[in-house]
Amino acid sequence: MKLDTYCQNTWCPGCPNFGILEAVKRAISELIEKDGKKRENFVLTCGIGCHGKNVDYLNLNSFYGLHGRCLCTAQGIKLANPNLKVIAFVGDGDIYNEGICHLIHAAKRNSDITVLVYDNRNFALTVSQFTATSPKGFKGSSTPKGSIEEPFNPLELVLASGATFIARGYALKIEHLKDLIKKAIEHKGFSFVEILQPCITFFDNRKFYEERIYELEEKDLSLKEKTLMKIRKWDYSDGEGARIPIGIFYQIQKPTFEELVLRS
Amino acid sequence: MLKDFSILIGGEAGQGSRMAGLIIAKIFNQLGYRVYIYEDYQSLIRGGHNFSQIRAAEKEFQSRKEKIDFLLALDKNTLNLHKKDLSKNGVIVFNKDKIRSKEGIGIEIEKITKEMGGLPVMANTALIVGFAKIVGIKWQILEDVLGKEIKREIELNLKIAKRSYETSKNLLKIEKIKREPKILLTGNEAAALGAVKTGLNFYFAYPMTPATSIMNFLAREEEKFKVKVIQPENEISVINMALGSAFAGAKTMIGTSGGGFALMVEALSLAGQSETPILIIESQRGGPSTGMPTYNLQGDLLFVLSAGHGDFPRFVIAPGDAEQCLYYSALGLNLAWKYQTPVIFLLDKDVSENTFSVDEKILEKIQSQNPIFWDKKGEYKRYKITDNGISPLAFPGEKNAIVKASSYEHDEFGITIESEEIEKMQKKRMRKYETMKKEVEKLPAVKVYGNRKSKKAIVAWGISKGAAMEAAENLRIKLIQPIIIEPFPKKQMETALKGVKKLVSIELNATGQMAKVLNSQGIKVDGKILKYNGRPFLAKEIEEKLKKLL
Repeated sequence: MKLDTYCQNTWCPGCPNFGILEAVKRAISELIEKDGKKRENFVLTCGIGCHGKNVDYLNLNSFYGLHGRCLCTAQGIKLANPNLKVIAFVGDGDIYNEGICHLIHAAKRNSDITVLVYDNRNFALTVSQFTATSPKGFKGSSTPKGSIEEPFNPLELVLASGATFIARGYALKIEHLKDLIKKAIEHKGFSFVEILQPCITFFDNRKFYEERIYELEEKDLSLKEKTLMKIRKWDYSDGEGARIPIGIFYQIQKPTFEELVLRS
Repeated sequence: MLKDFSILIGGEAGQGSRMAGLIIAKIFNQLGYRVYIYEDYQSLIRGGHNFSQIRAAEKEFQSRKEKIDFLLALDKNTLNLHKKDLSKNGVIVFNKDKIRSKEGIGIEIEKITKEMGGLPVMANTALIVGFAKIVGIKWQILEDVLGKEIKREIELNLKIAKRSYETSKNLLKIEKIKREPKILLTGNEAAALGAVKTGLNFYFAYPMTPATSIMNFLAREEEKFKVKVIQPENEISVINMALGSAFAGAKTMIGTSGGGFALMVEALSLAGQSETPILIIESQRGGPSTGMPTYNLQGDLLFVLSAGHGDFPRFVIAPGDAEQCLYYSALGLNLAWKYQTPVIFLLDKDVSENTFSVDEKILEKIQSQNPIFWDKKGEYKRYKITDNGISPLAFPGEKNAIVKASSYEHDEFGITIESEEIEKMQKKRMRKYETMKKEVEKLPAVKVYGNRKSKKAIVAWGISKGAAMEAAENLRIKLIQPIIIEPFPKKQMETALKGVKKLVSIELNATGQMAKVLNSQGIKVDGKILKYNGRPFLAKEIEEKLKKLL
């Protein structure tokens, strides 16, 4: 299904964003063509950063929001019309720095929205500064000697916050990522997909990821303790021996925020 | 004799003086009086000193009387602090179990309450009723009002009331005025009801005095009003959620005070750029910064007029009493949707929290209006360039439409652009502003009171209108109240100022913000009467200062 707009693409040539965009298009096309979801019921929101450009490139309803705030916008849309499938595109600087409280509270509420994090682990559009998931020692334009802060593990954070679907994908494993996105959209409740996205201009860690990534088996998805062990396999540092699991980490069912608000 | 009484009831926080004040006001309302309650309380939960000052009069006043005719003291502080303001023939009624006083009438309200098996807070029922007996109010009226107002333990409260009524002596007789009672509302309640009238679906808010009671009021009545009240994690989330739901077709309102509004300002600009309708209540309190949470200043006018980066059209509406809150919030929600732009509803602490007599019929004058919708022909363009600057609306979920809203400068379809073409879109929004300006001139944007022929005029907005009106009538001069301040109603203001040689602005702030607005419109302001101790004006203060200025 053709989901492109006439907007000229301005990502760096070869950016893994193209991979994610392709996975998103395939996921949404399948949901429309195979599963009979209505195209007009998809709504995208996004923050500001390289990830945000996606909404200009996709011929679907969208609200191009503010840096860090689009999860709020997404929840407002879902409240006003629960029939809509709301997908929020966010970046790591966008949602792990600027809008972190909204991520925590959206997960806590189990709002029925899908969050796709384009985690390239730096502020790229402003020419490379460290974010909450940049490794310690990251040399960006504001930290020429290397950042002194340790990264946090966003999966651990959203698990603690109450997310009911947690997954991690890799931008350049498009079919695998497409499946994750599709399952995330189909999940009833707060679904969170962290996407490792090498930034080929400022933080090209393709080799690092590709040597370490492995696919998780989909089991014990409702067990919090086991989920935490899987999440802690990698702490977002540049640890030499670390291996990085991708796939679905966690999935449980709980009443959604919108169901509870609108039930009367 | 002029029927114009001032009753002050005070006590510690937790003694229920506010509820007691409201009940007294409702008793007078039943007797045909017009009432106004000034609320004075501190930012604490227990202790301190709170009071309600009720003005019950034949004529409608919306300001405090300088002197107190009846001082009702639940605690010693109330007596000590307010005794000096007692009028010549003023009567003190006090809690005999807490206060020793040679003056006034003591009632053993705590003893009575205890004997009847009541809770300590019910002592205020005994005080109200004791006072009512003293001023000759019939038991039937008390039973009726108490029965309606007290939600819990009504039987017990009535027992306490009866005993207090029997033990107190009647000293004078307050006469009934033969006319229908009005309804009593705070400005916040009225603002909520007005928006409900024009179809409010969602109210988003984070608690902040003095706007919090809008949220509480709507939450209590959710089913009745068919409004959902959502309390997000902070004010930034409040406005961004509200914009999301408006984008998806729901009529939304949000409410806060100056500090919370400051947090919302980035998204205010988003509302302007994305052309998303939203009604924003900003109830001012004393600033700068945390300022005085429970006291009043009108210090945010220039802020709300200019808040937000970039140029975008907005309405700013500043009502001065509950009846105006009712009408203009209904209107405000209509305007937000008609023009797809933010409407800022600027209240102040006293407009928000004080109680006013309201004529409900005002709402018959306003109906929910449909915005301009897409005609479903051809390709939908969210930001279609039009002559009047208004692009027809469609919502996500609409078949055959792709609805793209954006914070970026954009083309008609909603796609980001940065070429020189962008000027077209800003021009479209500026044409919308011109359309708004024309609309404002057709609306009741400026009100004139007092002696319309006077060459001397005062200008007052928000709560200051109440005391200013009394002063204008006493001095036989003209009062001008600007209600819609942006877009500025230039023609209406010119008409109001016709023949005026001297103009004085009356405001609760330190710099004369309305005077600056008028100056920026080429209107010369000859003098300013400013007050910024957190308390609204008394008519007499204005009169005395005016005598020197005019």
